Amino acid sequence: MDAQVETATRELSYAQAIQEAMAIAMERDERVFLMGEDIGVYGGAFQVTGDLVERFGPERVMDTPISELGGAGVAVGAAVTGMRPIFEFQFSDFATLAMEQIVNQAAKMRYMLGGAVSVPGVMRFPAGSGTGAAAQHSQSLEAWLGHVPGLKVIQPATPHDAKGMLLAAIEDPDPVMIYEHKILYKMKGEVPEGYYTVPIGKAEVRREGADLTIVATSIMVHKALDAAKQLAEEGIDVEVIDLRTVRPMDRQTIIESVCKTSRLMCVYEGVKTLGVGAEISAMIAESEAFDYLDAPVVRLGGAETPIPYNPELEKATVPQVDGIVKAARDLATGAR
Amino acid sequence: MSATAKKGVKKSDGANQPFIYRQYDQEKLRDALRKMYLIRQFEEGAEESYMRGLIHGTMHLSIGQEASAVGICLGLSDEDQITSTHRGHGHCIAKGADVSRMFAEFFGKTTGYCRGRGGSMHIADVSTGNLGANGIVGGGLPIAVGAALTAKKMKTDNVVVCFFGDGANNEGAFHEALNMAAIWKLPVVFVCENNGYGMSTSVARATAVPNIADRASAYAMPGVIVDGNVVSDVAEAMHEATERARNGEGPTLIECKTYRYRGHSKSDRNRYRTKEEIEEWMTERDPIEAFEAELVEFGVIDTAGIEEIRESVRKEIEAGIEFAKESPMPEVANLEKYVYTEQA
Repeated sequence: MDAQVETATRELSYAQAIQEAMAIAMERDERVFLMGEDIGVYGGAFQVTGDLVERFGPERVMDTPISELGGAGVAVGAAVTGMRPIFEFQFSDFATLAMEQIVNQAAKMRYMLGGAVSVPGVMRFPAGSGTGAAAQHSQSLEAWLGHVPGLKVIQPATPHDAKGMLLAAIEDPDPVMIYEHKILYKMKGEVPEGYYTVPIGKAEVRREGADLTIVATSIMVHKALDAAKQLAEEGIDVEVIDLRTVRPMDRQTIIESVCKTSRLMCVYEGVKTLGVGAEISAMIAESEAFDYLDAPVVRLGGAETPIPYNPELEKATVPQVDGIVKAARDLATGAR
Repeated sequence: MSATAKKGVKKSDGANQPFIYRQYDQEKLRDALRKMYLIRQFEEGAEESYMRGLIHGTMHLSIGQEASAVGICLGLSDEDQITSTHRGHGHCIAKGADVSRMFAEFFGKTTGYCRGRGGSMHIADVSTGNLGANGIVGGGLPIAVGAALTAKKMKTDNVVVCFFGDGANNEGAFHEALNMAAIWKLPVVFVCENNGYGMSTSVARATAVPNIADRASAYAMPGVIVDGNVVSDVAEAMHEATERARNGEGPTLIECKTYRYRGHSKSDRNRYRTKEEIEEWMTERDPIEAFEAELVEFGVIDTAGIEEIRESVRKEIEAGIEFAKESPMPEVANLEKYVYTEQA
């Protein structure tokens, strides 16, 4: 696969893979440290830092007060002066409290200062719905940050990529925002031992197919793959691309796929309007792939509503496998 | 306003001389005066260039606040860092920046500190420890705390100064930053330059406590009020705060009571304060005049020496503007350069 030599693999959960990446990074580089709310003895709200504080001590696994704006700013200040902070937001929704530091400072500092500094910090965002946590703890706002030049925004969908992309993010000289879907935390997958990186800015074709292209992000990659399996039984051959990086977007992989399949569907959990799928669709409309399209582009995104509490309503808010199957079938067979 | 700087100073014998005369040699003090002239003449030069259409955008002038910038930075080294504000020209110069490259930045030229990408509001000279002015009120507060965290983690012995205005003390960032600096005992000094107004809104109308420094008690740190127009008073408070920071005792909040002569920015019609108030500060409490008088009184400089420094600053400003005018414009083709770090 990507970069470096990969050794033996074993099964880890997505959360364990992230924890392992942070541990490896801290072993390799004394500038790396973790900060966030309740990431020490508590182990993080989703147990991603787990027992790291016992191994690395409270100076490198720093509990912060409940101060998202201040915490993000401290990470920016530490990064710009030579450290490699990894700042965990307890929920990605809380980025709303820290937008000033993320958008005005972290993203722009290098540019505003004419290249005199870099801001090599990582911010981690547990995101997405499916936990019954309702409207303020379930959002997928990655498109917000993806709109900001100066930031890099990644959404690994597998334990393998979570570890490799986080290690790449930690070494990246610019601020990297990593969106981790909360439902994926418990998902298991093969993860290589030791150090490796998965490059930022490269999409991955998860399933090759000839009839239509689905570009999916984060948890939707798995739903799209499930849908593709069902559709294969009907003789519809779906190509599934895992976007992996929202900014900078890997346009080439998507364009090549659409030129091959002539049909494009975007599946993402964030609100449909002005979301990641809007960018992918517009990008294809502007590219040479436009001439290859045999049907209008289809976007399946989150509903135009806050995430509701009731589990049935919550499920209805974001794309599910059945909906993907139906929409893809319609697109592939010209029924729409 | 409770600032009490008056023209001239009390007579005092050697042992009772103000702090800076006991702490620093005469050359250092003459250089402090030079920096005050440099700040004022730089800003007058920038203002004139703006009026003549050579500088666009806007700018926030700190004329009248020079003693605070210079007094705070007097004992700092290039390794000590500052975060600055939208009213940050004085901080940048006090920390050691070259006015030619500052003018070049204001003129939008490639030779500017930010290669024409930042302008007045983002002026920075990282090489002398200035992490940058900031267009967001309170934006630099948590960043300074982060820089101080680096100093503590890397055991550099550096101190970080966070300049901010009275307006910023009502931002949430102020609360979060001061609290974190205090619980982690970080080597940072919070310097509030209270010039009486956040844009048009007076401190009395915007802040529930009479002094910004009163808020220090909420963070269990010392809150020190000084006359921000008296170099020695500012430098003395800063010296103590620096010692405390370097000894691992944590942050200090210093409030420098001062005044800006000019409006908030170029759009200001000065409707919220009286001519008399401005006049009084300019004639009765000017920090440069007070410092000149003090230096003469303590025999650090004579009138000829003052004239010599003024003249050399005037030439430096003139040369700086000339350098800026002649410097090349950035190429549009390089518009996206510096958004991300170039990687091999």
